[in-house]
Amino acid sequence: MNNLAKWLTLVLIVLTTPARAALDIVITEGVDAARPIAVVPFVWQGQGPAPAPASISDVVASDLSRSGTFKTLDVRALPQSTISSVNGFTAQNWANVEAEALVVGTVKPYGADQYLVSFELIDLVKAQLQAGKGPQNNNELLLESRETVISANQFRQYSHRISDIVYEKLTGIRGAFLTRIAYVVVKQGQKAPYHLMIADYDGYNEQMLLRSPEPLMSPTWSPDGRRLAYVSFENRKAEIFVQDIYSQTRTLVSSFDGINGAPAFSPDGKKLAVTLSKDGQPEIYVVDIATKATRRITEHYAIDTEPSWFPDGKSILFTSERGGKPQLYRVSLDTNKVSRMTFEGEWNLGGSISPDGRSMIFVNRTNGKFHIARMDLATRFMQVLSSTQLDESPSVAPNGTMVIYGTTHQGKQVLAAVSMDGRFKARLPVGQGEVKSPAWSPFL
Amino acid sequence: MDLNKLFKAMLVAVPLMALGACSSTSDSETDANGSMSGTGSEYGNGGIETGGVAPVLSSAEQQRLKEQELRRQNIIYFDFDRSEVQSENAEIIQAHGNYLVEHPNVRVLIEGHADERGTPEYNIALGERRAKAIAKYLQGMGVQPSQMSIVSYGEEKPLDYSRNDTGFAKNRRGVLVY
Repeated sequence: MNNLAKWLTLVLIVLTTPARAALDIVITEGVDAARPIAVVPFVWQGQGPAPAPASISDVVASDLSRSGTFKTLDVRALPQSTISSVNGFTAQNWANVEAEALVVGTVKPYGADQYLVSFELIDLVKAQLQAGKGPQNNNELLLESRETVISANQFRQYSHRISDIVYEKLTGIRGAFLTRIAYVVVKQGQKAPYHLMIADYDGYNEQMLLRSPEPLMSPTWSPDGRRLAYVSFENRKAEIFVQDIYSQTRTLVSSFDGINGAPAFSPDGKKLAVTLSKDGQPEIYVVDIATKATRRITEHYAIDTEPSWFPDGKSILFTSERGGKPQLYRVSLDTNKVSRMTFEGEWNLGGSISPDGRSMIFVNRTNGKFHIARMDLATRFMQVLSSTQLDESPSVAPNGTMVIYGTTHQGKQVLAAVSMDGRFKARLPVGQGEVKSPAWSPFL
Repeated sequence: MDLNKLFKAMLVAVPLMALGACSSTSDSETDANGSMSGTGSEYGNGGIETGGVAPVLSSAEQQRLKEQELRRQNIIYFDFDRSEVQSENAEIIQAHGNYLVEHPNVRVLIEGHADERGTPEYNIALGERRAKAIAKYLQGMGVQPSQMSIVSYGEEKPLDYSRNDTGFAKNRRGVLVY
């Protein structure tokens, strides 16, 4: 019975996910650990049918389910599925509903191409506790209440904003629903098979930023979410470009002999840590984007690559083969002193530090299998998070709750996500081509 | 004119005979086909069958022909996470090396590739190390550094997408491109 319920919840999530998404998310694990929440369909208060994109509550429900933290109840099972505010809420009807809160709201016309959206977050736990104590003031149950005027093309964006507010109110953690992902799609057989794409975090509003006959690699976001750095082989060699995602301006930042790879913006956005092999072996350098001045950081005959900044900008995490096999090391930019970070497993590589500075996310190879792993920097405890195949390119959400990464599913490269505790797992399949190298944007 | 027609007829007839032999299960016909296609590919003349006696070749000429044949192979395979040139590949690289030494104006691009295991940027580094190992070998034979350039594609251009051990082995390679 419990299994059936889980299965039904899964089916519901899949069914309520609109089919036109470029990346339909399939939640593969972790629904049972999620906290139940009710999202009541927002009530349309205009003349005639509601505008097509006005399904704000669908977006909010999908967002909350995809966070891994919440699962939304089936609308048909809600005791009051047509209420639009706390005024219509009757606590007695909800006495047996297992959920901690509910979201209600309305949409109404507000001048030409404008809409007034209001929503309320109702504390169901408090309502159930007080239900036996006679009449009460419903307004005391409000956790949040807001009203905003938006234009027709802002429905999805504002829906994500509502999700962010609800998520933060209930968890204390900032929501990361109003974010984007950048990734590479390879469509073999096309004249220019390599595509650099960006989309909303949920796969909507997919846009092509660049298309090339030669490989594109390693997209990474500037801290202001306005530029992407990436590697392009368009001139039959590896070169690093920075591209403004709004103006489309491209700047060639690094084109030395040999490898120009693995770009990573410094926390202040002014520099790139990169891998260059111009002086022999692949080494870590820091390039000033404006002046193009380079500073060499590492010096070793083994491979050094995949630099990633610590949040304070004072040291860099990188992959090195100096111990014989690829492992993660930290180098201080003040002293150039190097210390080894990982010892467990055969290989540890492709690392980055979570935004709170407490965890390290990386690719771990154990018994020949490649998985995404997390290490607590204080305790040095390592946990393997993913259970998919050939996992690579992990990128942490700006609120540090989720990791998106590249994996292989049924012989195709696809994107997948796993929560920082490893309990929630989801897959983001696409229709055509191989999808890889995801990069989660900062907060927008 | 008539001779021309005869040639055209042969151009059609010879491949047809080869096709017929292919679909046959008879041992003798398969043998005939085998020797025919062997002749065709060895002299590289587009499927025309010619008769004649084997030329008397000096050992230098024989070596030259052998190397010409070896140079058709432009892919050198590597072991997992390794970048040493294996002895079974040395003959191929030597054939290219001798040719490049004899033709100092010819330039070659050495591509390094990796299989899909590991991270993309680590594989770029690994691919470069493979390409450099080939370049070093060629340089040891006397090929000028100015004749060679290197590019590593890491795991970005696999030959085989099956993602099993056989596929991985095909993707771990260096490629000599003239």
